[in-house]
Amino acid sequence: MQEHDLSWVRTEMTLAQRAPSREAGAFAWGRKNLFATPLNSLMTAIAIVAVAWFLPKILSWVLFDAVWTGADRTACLTTAQGGELPVGWSGACWPFVSSRFGYFMFGRYPLDERWRVILTGVIFIALLVPLLIPRVPYKGLNAVLIFGVFPVVAFILLLGGVFGLQHVETSLWGGLMVTLVLSYVGIAVSLPLGILLALGRRSRMPVVKLLSVIFIETVRGVPLVTVLFMAAFMLPLFVPPGVTFDKLLRALIGVALFASAYMAEVIRGGLQAIPRGQYEGADSLGLGYWQKMGLIVMPQALKLVIPGIVNSFISLFKDTTLVLIISMFDLLGTVKQSISGDPTWATPQTAKTGYVFAALIFWIFCFGMSRYSMFMERRLDTGHRR
Amino acid sequence: MATQDVTEDVSPGRASFLYDPRIRSLFVQIVVVLLLILGVWWIVDNTLENLRRSNISTGFDFLKGRSGFDISDQLIAYSSNSTYGRALVVGIANTLMVAVTGIIAATIIGFLVGIGRLSNNWLIRKIATVYVEIFRNIPPLLVILFWYQGVLALLPNVRGSYVLPFGSYLNSRGFYLPSPVWGEGAWLVLAGLAIGVALSYFVARRAKARQAATGQQFPVFLTSVALILGMPLLGFFLAGMPLTFDLPQKGAFNLNGGLNIKPEFLSLFLALSFYTASFIAEIVRAGILGVSRGQTEAAAALGLSSSQSLRMVVIPQAMRIVIPPLTSQYLNLTKNSSLAVAIGYPDLYAVGGTILNQTGQAIEVVVVFMVVYLTISLLTSLLMNWFNAKMALNER
Repeated sequence: MQEHDLSWVRTEMTLAQRAPSREAGAFAWGRKNLFATPLNSLMTAIAIVAVAWFLPKILSWVLFDAVWTGADRTACLTTAQGGELPVGWSGACWPFVSSRFGYFMFGRYPLDERWRVILTGVIFIALLVPLLIPRVPYKGLNAVLIFGVFPVVAFILLLGGVFGLQHVETSLWGGLMVTLVLSYVGIAVSLPLGILLALGRRSRMPVVKLLSVIFIETVRGVPLVTVLFMAAFMLPLFVPPGVTFDKLLRALIGVALFASAYMAEVIRGGLQAIPRGQYEGADSLGLGYWQKMGLIVMPQALKLVIPGIVNSFISLFKDTTLVLIISMFDLLGTVKQSISGDPTWATPQTAKTGYVFAALIFWIFCFGMSRYSMFMERRLDTGHRR
Repeated sequence: MATQDVTEDVSPGRASFLYDPRIRSLFVQIVVVLLLILGVWWIVDNTLENLRRSNISTGFDFLKGRSGFDISDQLIAYSSNSTYGRALVVGIANTLMVAVTGIIAATIIGFLVGIGRLSNNWLIRKIATVYVEIFRNIPPLLVILFWYQGVLALLPNVRGSYVLPFGSYLNSRGFYLPSPVWGEGAWLVLAGLAIGVALSYFVARRAKARQAATGQQFPVFLTSVALILGMPLLGFFLAGMPLTFDLPQKGAFNLNGGLNIKPEFLSLFLALSFYTASFIAEIVRAGILGVSRGQTEAAAALGLSSSQSLRMVVIPQAMRIVIPPLTSQYLNLTKNSSLAVAIGYPDLYAVGGTILNQTGQAIEVVVVFMVVYLTISLLTSLLMNWFNAKMALNER
């Protein structure tokens, strides 16, 4: 047998080398993610051209070519239109937004009383933020405050008429404030009502079940516009002559009923996903119907459908814009009204500027909600995926 | 032996009659029905009283009355002398027009973006994500108004219209296209199309049967394309090319002739299809991700190419996940078409609103809305359920 010569043994590790350029680094990343196949390269090229075409245009419209200061429409007009900007100019007319900002936020709410709206908003945020952060204790108390006490406080603050506060009619309300009031009431009403409807739809009592099904399917089958239309034109017919309904209240009823039908279907999905054993377990412990639902089934079902519930909230928030069709002025309504009804700012760029501004606000709210729901979903995920 | 005292006829301890679930549920239901009857009676009574006070007659007789208003976009003949009933039909036709075109466009864009969200290409993936996140989070009504007041209203007037290829024009009054005018014998083209579709259906069936029996494949797709395009073309030439185009002519103040797509329709169509497409994209993405990885790997192990595995393994299974939520998106789009009223496109809702203002028949108009929208919803659901059943897993 031949003996191996072991006279040389490596005593220290070789130095780590850089990964081969084919495998790591910007070049390899690009080859893998942008130019993997000829077809992929072609698509990348087309996409780059498209981005290079659109992005500078959008950026210059929003930022670089935009007008930032000015007192009236002449600031945003080209020489051909009677202003001073070069012919062919196109850019956002931001002074329009800044001069109408108060209107977009509060509508025609009296100037001297706007502190009340701001105070309501501050209270709401002060109650909402701790509710949303999972680590903050006293969730139960917090929920009671925000859904039980806050509506009363907000009602008194916004409407006034008591405690020496000036009465402000709801027809003067407008802007983002109305959007938020509609969304808050819609959410606060549709969640409990949706739970009841979902339970009704799964009830063993035929009458209750039938009524729930009829309500849910009818409301889901027609557009919100029709429901609002009914609320606006038919509710006054339903009450005894002489009784008048506040217009905002009618819209609130319409929005809340509409949202509850959708909420009911989302929650029903959660109820169906709870295994039978949970119901039977609750029964065998001798719990009554409401105890069974409230202590065993609902907590699990609601947790399962949190993404669906937040999605309903987001659509509800977007749907509040539809009240402009029954001539109420929410955020979109005030923007639209300023665009078509305000000669001080009538320029070709006003409409685009106003809608981009409104879109940004709606986007921030909706995107925020969807991100928060993703966060909660991950947090509540117990790993018991079936 | 001591006899045991056996009590006979042991009845189970009856709980109090108050705790019998059947009686309880009966009681609850009776209460609900009574409350409902009372509520309805109260509402009906109030309504009749209100209607009597404002001198509004009830019933659908008003549908026969002369409407007296014009409708700008009409797919069927209509004038201000037509009846209210006809005006409603025009509105329904317009609603369906927006719904159908919007659904087709939204499906195409949505599938492209949804597949783009899963692309290997980083740039495409990011663009698709940005598209979805932007459009999903903005109210559709806002987008409609943006297109209508922000973009299309800024287009030049008729005199300065943008001239596009094929004799089309784009200006603030909309999009002007050449409209095809079919001459004599045009039915041959339609017949050719019908024959082409029928033939490709049979070819596909035969090819499938043959592949199942012998394993031999047949280029079904190419044959079908050739048949569906070729047969109408054959008919077209047989009939002696009976097609001319009515080109839009530039007049002093207006463009005459041709097909005019109004800015109202265009804004509505663009906004609704882009908005709904962002939801469809997410549905498609979830559907494709929902097909388990083992399926793709098994397809690769069988030697299918990536496009084959996508077409024959992944997509058929993804469709099962996709169809139910896709149906509800289609219904949403149809219902959202009622936003047309904000920009004055005469859909069912806008026409109904005008009629309500003229006649005051609130209840009847709302009943018409409900019946029509519910019928459309129901028909779409039935169609999609049928499609769903066809695509469903054949479990053995």
